[in-house]
Amino acid sequence: MTARPSPTSTLDGGPAGRGNTRIGVVTFPGSLDDRDTQRAIRRAGAEPVALWHRDKDLKQVDAVVLPGGFSYGDYLRAGAISRFSPVMETLIDQARAGLPVLGICNGFQVLTEAHLLPGAMLGNNHLHFICREQKLRVENAETAWTADYTAGQEIHIPLKNMDGRYVADERTLDMLEAEGRVAFRYLGMNPNGSLRDIAGITNEAGNVVGLMPHPEHAVEPGIGTGGTDGLGFFTSILKKLVNL
Amino acid sequence: MARVVVDVMLKPEILDPQGQAVQRALPRLGFDGISDVRQGKRFELEIDGPVDDAALDRVRKLAETFLANTVIEDFTVKVES
Repeated sequence: MTARPSPTSTLDGGPAGRGNTRIGVVTFPGSLDDRDTQRAIRRAGAEPVALWHRDKDLKQVDAVVLPGGFSYGDYLRAGAISRFSPVMETLIDQARAGLPVLGICNGFQVLTEAHLLPGAMLGNNHLHFICREQKLRVENAETAWTADYTAGQEIHIPLKNMDGRYVADERTLDMLEAEGRVAFRYLGMNPNGSLRDIAGITNEAGNVVGLMPHPEHAVEPGIGTGGTDGLGFFTSILKKLVNL
Repeated sequence: MARVVVDVMLKPEILDPQGQAVQRALPRLGFDGISDVRQGKRFELEIDGPVDDAALDRVRKLAETFLANTVIEDFTVKVES
């Protein structure tokens, strides 16, 4: 590669002065999107730090992304085994103490299994794997991971999953709605039977966010959806960390 | 050595599309008169030592924290003789 379209596409840094914000990406056995997530973090101008599922050490990162994939083969339930991995012991404590954590797809499943987010993920209601470009509405633009969007904004990012059906009891769903904790909703069609078209949610504090679709696959022109609608997740967290 | 069985089922209010798919296939196979099917998981645990109350408590703890996700699933524990 000889031509680089912009300074943000450099692989080993990012815009001057922001490269020292460090965002961890956990790799579990069966993680698939850890490298794409690292790339998205770099594109946003932060430094990705590889974290390993068997290592309790979070390497003093400023935030963590749990990436997509099929960690531990999704055996038992998606995320059920990963949730007890050594890295999660530290992560659960630190997330409760305010560490920003984003769970994408399998990462979202891990966060619900860890009870950092309410509800649970089940198999798609149509029983098929689904892979499509999905329209979402950003419902909450005040979380650590969505501040670069505006409430009500519509974005297109890829969706690809087997176990994407978000479920929770009515009381929990009503609470999420009342507290503005439904962060993203599916638009156009509900691809997996998720209750109330919920595509992603946030915890009460807004530091832990999980969603099924994949923002890390929509961060540069010409790849994935061809748009950059997903980049805002990574620029949101970067701005938040820089402005602390 | 004794066997303890943990059965895990989706809660009644949770949609079970796999069970529905099984149920819909039944008439085609000549099995009539079955109006609903729900699919669950069965775990057979071989326990070292006596299966006393303490051992069963440990199994219940294991089922509650790991084998079942009690947000969406119920479980039962029984000793198999």
